[in-house]
Amino acid sequence: MTVFLIVILSSFVFSLLLFGIGQKTFQRMTWFAALLPISLFIYFSSFARSIMDGEVFNFFTSWVPSLGINLDFRLDNLALLFTLLITGVGSIVFLYTTQYLKGHPKLMRFYVFLSIFMGAMLGLVTSNNIITLFIFWELTSISSFFLISFNNTESPSRKSAIIALTITGLGGLALLAFAVLAAQITGTLSISEMLQSPEVFANHQYSVILMVFIFLAAFTKSAQFPFHFWLPGAMKAPTPVSTYLHSATMVKAGIYLLLRFTPHFQNNSYFFTTLLIVGAITMLYAAFQTLFKTDLKGILAYSTIGALGIMVFLIGIGTTSSITAAIVFIVVHALYKASLFLVTGTIDHQAGTRDVTQLGGLRKVLMPLAIAGFIAALSSGGFPPTIGFIGKDLIYEATLNGGLNPTLLTTMAVLTNILMVFAGLLVGVKPFSGKKPEALGEIKKPHFLLWFMPMILAALSLLFGLFPAMVEALFTKNITPLLTGEASPHLAIWHGFNLIILLSAITILGGIAIYFFWKPSHKKESGMLKFDAFAPKSLALKFADLFQRISYFLTRTFQNGYLRRYVLIILVLLTLVFGIHVFINPRIFLELKEIKALNWNEIVILAMMLVSIIFTVFTKSRLSAIAGMGVLGYTMCLIFVFYGAPDLAMTQFSIDTLTVILFVLVLYRLPKYLKLSNRTNRLRDGIIATSFGTFLALTIIEIMNENPIKSTTQYYAENAYTLAKGKNVVNVILVDFRGFDTMIEIVVLSIAAIGVFALLKLHLKKHEK
Amino acid sequence: MEILLAIMTGILYAAGIYLILRRSLVKLIIGIVILGNGVNLLIFLMGGLVKGRPPLIAEDGKMLEGIFADPVPQALILTAIVISFGLQSFAIVLIKRAYKVLKTDDIDTMNKTDDIK
Repeated sequence: MTVFLIVILSSFVFSLLLFGIGQKTFQRMTWFAALLPISLFIYFSSFARSIMDGEVFNFFTSWVPSLGINLDFRLDNLALLFTLLITGVGSIVFLYTTQYLKGHPKLMRFYVFLSIFMGAMLGLVTSNNIITLFIFWELTSISSFFLISFNNTESPSRKSAIIALTITGLGGLALLAFAVLAAQITGTLSISEMLQSPEVFANHQYSVILMVFIFLAAFTKSAQFPFHFWLPGAMKAPTPVSTYLHSATMVKAGIYLLLRFTPHFQNNSYFFTTLLIVGAITMLYAAFQTLFKTDLKGILAYSTIGALGIMVFLIGIGTTSSITAAIVFIVVHALYKASLFLVTGTIDHQAGTRDVTQLGGLRKVLMPLAIAGFIAALSSGGFPPTIGFIGKDLIYEATLNGGLNPTLLTTMAVLTNILMVFAGLLVGVKPFSGKKPEALGEIKKPHFLLWFMPMILAALSLLFGLFPAMVEALFTKNITPLLTGEASPHLAIWHGFNLIILLSAITILGGIAIYFFWKPSHKKESGMLKFDAFAPKSLALKFADLFQRISYFLTRTFQNGYLRRYVLIILVLLTLVFGIHVFINPRIFLELKEIKALNWNEIVILAMMLVSIIFTVFTKSRLSAIAGMGVLGYTMCLIFVFYGAPDLAMTQFSIDTLTVILFVLVLYRLPKYLKLSNRTNRLRDGIIATSFGTFLALTIIEIMNENPIKSTTQYYAENAYTLAKGKNVVNVILVDFRGFDTMIEIVVLSIAAIGVFALLKLHLKKHEK
Repeated sequence: MEILLAIMTGILYAAGIYLILRRSLVKLIIGIVILGNGVNLLIFLMGGLVKGRPPLIAEDGKMLEGIFADPVPQALILTAIVISFGLQSFAIVLIKRAYKVLKTDDIDTMNKTDDIK
């Protein structure tokens, strides 16, 4: 069991190890990095035979048992499919990159992020605990962010990375909400145990909210309309990243999530209907967009979105045959799309452009690559005898038997697929066919790995097409646990002549026709850009911009750099709090007899205080303001004398005297004591200060009517002598009971003294001023 | 007297705040001093006023008995007075230094570091 945990975490350890190796050493041994995915691929392959026989592996290690969060992994056929994809395509991509980014100064960093991503993705698809699923889910988003912004000196890369992180991060939050809610209702964090309470997902009062959250998570991650726009932007990443994250694996995490929870929601028809609608919109929209793209990676991005749309659409049909079709299509798509991406990467690497209008005739130099591209395009278009053909067959079988409206569903699928055929041909065939344009210049032969890696993937497309039983045995035979019902359809290349074959033929011919008659151009692309203002992307960006402007406004308003503004805001708020309190509880007990009980010395003190305050505030001379402040201090002194606080009186007296002396000595030679602010400001400040003072006084009066708790006082009163042998209780508190506080106070004073001394003695030289 | 002193606390707060909101640094510090007096008075009031009975244990006694002024707020205020002296003296010297460098005591002209040459 721990072996499995080590395997899942090995990628993270490996990425640390790469750091240890260091950039320079790593450059000379890049092949070393590829050992990780290859060995992981071999490890996961070892489970294949048992899982083919319907076995499911559980690996449990407790982590935070008190919260129910455990490292609980589960390897069934769905998880196996994804682990093999992740490690398989991972091996290819790791090897490919050694040449593609050869000598790149940040190559090690690239592999560090790629390893982290791979570990996160493996964790995601094997987690049986929904919280760890969430953690790995977020890790994939974060590693994706770093990989998209790999060329971090370029502003578009950074911007795309931020958009991608924002959108997928939003989905991550939704996933967390889903996890928490589902766990609260079902009482377990284990995904497989949640299945034991199907009524929660079917018709519980919260099942709608659960659905909204899981849809948000899946649709953002898997780039469904209207959250799709981060994916074309993510193509700013180096091509191996686009191949691996944004086509073959990460974007399928949303599909994985939906498939994983299909059994939970299987009695909820809204779940499937929503998926059907969103998937259909996405696939049609994205497939249509491919007509207007000229960048090879742009075409691939939209055809990836389209493919993801098809998967969601198939899950949405919600029959066993449609789920089977979706799973087969995951394999089909991963193989041909990764291959096409790598072909594009090599073209870019050798020819220096990805513009489809400028590419052509590359077959002469890049023959092996052309073959790989050609096979991948065939699989993408669903030509026999590739696996793509079988995938397309299954799609049509699913739509034709899909419950609601088979004609409509099939029409939509055919339309999408025709455009997908076109997109595949455009990327896999167009750059190699025809004449080579003059502008391309001399093209060198690529390194062996740069054509061999896409070739492997293309060859697999062909191999699986010829032997579909391999795919069936591995991934779809035991699909029934996903959806109870009839057995999954049998995978074969020839079912006899029927409607499905006819539809396949129409699709292929239609795609070829478009390929020959529709030439992508920059004019068409820019024509399409006119509609961009209504695209979800620009709406989202406008929304983000609005947020930015609001925060600018808030910052400018509340933090404008003037001390008074800060004080003012705090005070206004406090005044409001006090004011509201006073107005809600008007409990003011002003007793006249108390005023009558005043004796003359109290009256004198109060009068002196009042006069000195007014004098200090309104005087025009600095010296008299200081004097007024001093007098105020002495009246405080008198209050302390009258009301039984001789220690305070003594301290106040000496400190007040010292302050006044210091003030006069230091501040005597300052500029003129001016009224700097205008009348309005003075009035405003006066009103705020007065109302604050008023409300405070009212609140104090209210508090004084409460009986104070005197237990602390009582403690000191009883123990001052018995415990500390002192008769002056105030002194005992300060030097004994709270002696430590006093010591720190002395430290503070010493620091202040050092500061004063330093400031007085500091003589700056001319240039330091 | 308690109520009048409560009102006086309010006045002290108002005066202190008004001065803190001025642009002159000297007024700012005077405002802080006055506000400090207000705070001390507030704490003192919260302990309850007891006339002429300091918290001293009698020569032959072992504990405070009968009516006595609350020693706890007194201890707090004593600390506060001393600490605020530290603050004030440092601030005063700082103003002096700031004036020497910037030739002004207007806070509004001090909020940018760029102007200092």
